[in-house]
Amino acid sequence: MVVMTWAALIPLFPLIGFAILGGSGSKLSKGAAGFLASASVFISFLFSIAVFAQVLGSPVAAFKVQIFDWIQIGSYNLGFSFLFDRLSAVMLLVVTGVGFLIHVYSIGYMHEDNDFNRFFAYLNLFIFFMLLLVLGSNFLVLFAGWEGVGLCSYLLIGFWFSNNEYNAAARKAFVMNRIGDLAFLIALLLLFYNFNSLEFDVVFSQASSIGAGDQLLFIISILLFIGATGKSAQIPLFTWLPDAMAGPTPVSALIHAATMVTAGIYMVIRANVLFVLSPMTSEIIMWIGVATAFMAATIGLKQNDIKKVLAYSTVSQLGYMFVALGVGAYSTALFHVVMHAFFKALLFLGAGSVIHAMGGEQNIRFMGGLKGKLRITHITFLIATLAISGIPPLAGFFSKDEILAVTHSHSMVVFTLLAICSVFTAVYMFRLYWLVFHGNFRGSADQQSHLHESPMSMTFPLIVLAVLSTIGGFIGMPSIFHTPHYFNEYLMPMLNMQAHELSHSFEYMLIGVSIVALVIIVWGTYNYYVKNNNVPIDESEEKGLQKIIQGKYYIDELYESIIRTPLQKLSLFLHNIIDQGVIDRIINGSGLFTLSFAGVLRIIQSGSLGFYLFAMVIGIIVLIALSFFLLM
Amino acid sequence: MLTSLLIYFPIIGILFLTLLKEKNSKVVALGSSLLQLLLTAYAIASFQVNAGVQQMIDVWWIQSLGISFKAGLDGISLLMVLLTNFLMPLIILSSFHKTYPNTKLFYALILLMQSALVGVFTARDGFLFYVFWEMALIPIFLICYLWGGVNRLKITLKFFLYTLAGSLLMLLGFIYIYLKTPAPHSFDLDILYQTVLSSYEQEWLFLAFMIAFAIKIPIVPFHSWQPDTYTDAPSEGTMLLSGIMLKMGIYGIARFVIPMFPFGFDRYGELFMILCSAGVVYASFIAWIQKDFKRLIAYSSIAHVGIISAGLISQTHLGLQGAFFQMISHGVAVVGLFLIADILFNRKQTRMLDQLGGIAHHQKWFSVFFMIILLGSIAMPLTNGFVGEFLLLNGILQYNIWYAVLAGMSVIFGAVYMLQAYQKIMLGKEPEDDASLFKLHTNEKIVLTIISLVILLTGLFPQSLQALVEQDIFQLLSIKS
Repeated sequence: MVVMTWAALIPLFPLIGFAILGGSGSKLSKGAAGFLASASVFISFLFSIAVFAQVLGSPVAAFKVQIFDWIQIGSYNLGFSFLFDRLSAVMLLVVTGVGFLIHVYSIGYMHEDNDFNRFFAYLNLFIFFMLLLVLGSNFLVLFAGWEGVGLCSYLLIGFWFSNNEYNAAARKAFVMNRIGDLAFLIALLLLFYNFNSLEFDVVFSQASSIGAGDQLLFIISILLFIGATGKSAQIPLFTWLPDAMAGPTPVSALIHAATMVTAGIYMVIRANVLFVLSPMTSEIIMWIGVATAFMAATIGLKQNDIKKVLAYSTVSQLGYMFVALGVGAYSTALFHVVMHAFFKALLFLGAGSVIHAMGGEQNIRFMGGLKGKLRITHITFLIATLAISGIPPLAGFFSKDEILAVTHSHSMVVFTLLAICSVFTAVYMFRLYWLVFHGNFRGSADQQSHLHESPMSMTFPLIVLAVLSTIGGFIGMPSIFHTPHYFNEYLMPMLNMQAHELSHSFEYMLIGVSIVALVIIVWGTYNYYVKNNNVPIDESEEKGLQKIIQGKYYIDELYESIIRTPLQKLSLFLHNIIDQGVIDRIINGSGLFTLSFAGVLRIIQSGSLGFYLFAMVIGIIVLIALSFFLLM
Repeated sequence: MLTSLLIYFPIIGILFLTLLKEKNSKVVALGSSLLQLLLTAYAIASFQVNAGVQQMIDVWWIQSLGISFKAGLDGISLLMVLLTNFLMPLIILSSFHKTYPNTKLFYALILLMQSALVGVFTARDGFLFYVFWEMALIPIFLICYLWGGVNRLKITLKFFLYTLAGSLLMLLGFIYIYLKTPAPHSFDLDILYQTVLSSYEQEWLFLAFMIAFAIKIPIVPFHSWQPDTYTDAPSEGTMLLSGIMLKMGIYGIARFVIPMFPFGFDRYGELFMILCSAGVVYASFIAWIQKDFKRLIAYSSIAHVGIISAGLISQTHLGLQGAFFQMISHGVAVVGLFLIADILFNRKQTRMLDQLGGIAHHQKWFSVFFMIILLGSIAMPLTNGFVGEFLLLNGILQYNIWYAVLAGMSVIFGAVYMLQAYQKIMLGKEPEDDASLFKLHTNEKIVLTIISLVILLTGLFPQSLQALVEQDIFQLLSIKS
């Protein structure tokens, strides 16, 4: 396939962009740097469209392109190779498409930053690694991308590295990801040990001959899932994501909402064969997903930082996706990944536009009434809010509805919890929307005088994403609308899907109930926040349960006291007591003992170390000289 | 002929050094080491992958005792010689902007060490190996003693006696096997390999050799000389010790212990496996709370070589592949890290993490080099550190999954302490120092660039190095069975 050979260049363009930007430092003008970085991603996007067209035309095809031989593992030669199929094609479009928009947006957003070029270099590098992640045809290339995006995430969270709090947040993200990565790595070792290959097709075909419920597959799949909890911010490894908001807002949109954090979901879908064969893992995934969705949604209700609300919202939405994975609805999960990429990127970019206008202010207690000054931002943010809240016919409605529907046939408890989550989602989103765009302005007079709509480079991506958030959902409509579910049909050949046939009456009910509930929520929050001008109180004045939720259930503090502090104490103990105390003293002691014993013999020896050395050197030189002559 | 040339060439360099003026010593030393590297390149180019030991030199040395000057290159030896001769010019170059008192002696000792190291890695005679082994100790001892830090006497003496004690055990072992060889006795490696040893003999010989090597590497708990010595030695000494010299121990395990004492592994292998893999965690924990950057690298090095040794002790194809490859990765990365510590200390007279910070504001490329080397040392994919670590963990897992988990912990801990150190040194508020304080000298820039490139290139294309040793790994593993 000629197209596919060319497609192997897709990751190369952002890499070249990175090399030029990184290599030239600040010699390149900002305009040139921004253009170059965006253009490189755009070229990749065009190639991705070609790939998409190709896989659309050939239903089962998967094209593998080997770039070079990578590692010799035992007698097995692992190639650095890419896989183009229907799954990777979707991810390609999302990564390069949304990635391109966010590059364009960043040109405006980062305009005043001195490290403009470095920022774009990192963004390009991120796209490169993300493309490796989705294109890898074996677990090791995927893992390379997986760790690479983690590195870029680290670099970008701590982009403003003067601030040590940001640096700490970056480090936390990297380390928590690495905890998951260790599990991932061990899963890879076990896969190789048992299948003697890491190539997806080989591993999966061998695994499917094992049969469901096998203990080995359970262990491997659970380890892979632990890896996913790190990258995709699920319980227990989710606490880094809210802190990751320290990075510039376009980063939050691209990495910590639209693309990188969905890598865990992509990986599970890619390895769905292993998960289908491990019902127990799937069950665990479902429960972790719903617990995360629920917990994060409640925290989202009480946050006052605009980005923190969105961050917890992301954690919560990722939880939804894991629920879908847990019940085996892989296509549904990916559908939500794509829709979420549209509306959550839009929300973050909108938030960025707001923060930009507010001169860096992120606390919604000091915003309000921005709809007049930021028209485009306001409208697009509203569309995204409606989309995430699940109002038909916007993007989020169809994908979220589908998750609820597939969950219903699986577990009533999970279904109920997710339904409550949806209510929470709508509540915290409209709370955010009303407080930011309606009511009276609550910031300083200085801020008020500077309020302005963002430049074209920032509003253009908002508009595109708003359009996608509006119509994107039509690719996957439920059967009551008598249109084909294009997305499911597209992915069908890839996945071991169970059919999720629902009765039409249930679907009608689901749609009806969600609309009624949303109308009530919109009306209720409007009354509370706009009509009655209620503003959230300061964090320090919260009490009781509210305080606990506001404090994020104190999970960070818990980790600190049960993991970090004891380990630090252990380190001190090992260093001071064991290493310096016991081990070193035994060695020194035996040395002293020998010395004192040797004192008896010392009379016949000179006892001077220098002399011994001298003798030794002379001896050796003589030996060498001797051998040298012998050789001649 | 090529082999003996590789061994003697640095001696010729020393000869020139003594004849020429003091101020030329650096250039002469560098020139000598570069020519040596050229020779090594030639050796690799003319090396035939599946043809066993090549370029053999074999003459009687002390015939009455069955000692011969026998040396040659198989893939493993060649890889180790490459490591030595690649790092040597970098180490010498990194010192170019400094002037040590008694320059001539300083560089003469470094070259002497190079000769001894090549000897160690090419010797095919047990006694010759031992002689080179001890011969390598003397120059490094003198380097540490004459140009070291405040406590150099006490620290260097401890290092010297400790390793000497270990190597005496090894010598004892060699002599014992020698006496077991059919008369006339011989130290010839091929004859030693074929000597029949009872399981009891193998067990204690295993211990004798392993302890000698464990001290050199060092494996916890035989490591207590290492942090002090690394910290106190002049930077070039630390680089020689950590980059090349400790590999003598690892090489020794591969060359002698694995093929000769399979019963020793049955009895004590697991004990050492525990020491190595638990040592990884132990050293990482301690590295985490170090305040002196050089000491931190010292402990992190213990963790890294712990994984390498564990890979060898697993006696698996994968473990050995990983160990040989990781010796290169570790050598390159650790020299880079110690150079960074040296740069910090030279400019600011401190390596204390709390007294540094914000250097990235002024020195972008310095921060980039540091980051690449750091990524190599925490096994980020696409760096050489990952290739080695992945292979090693594969090998260890084949031995027992729990030791792989234990050793794999370094994936987490490495990130914890290295990123913490990076933040404290490079990130944070813009420092009040003069912006050009940490400006890199050209020689430092060259060394760091080369190291960074090697980390990335061998991470992407490891197979050229892997191919060198592939056949020998099978050989080593088949001798024992």
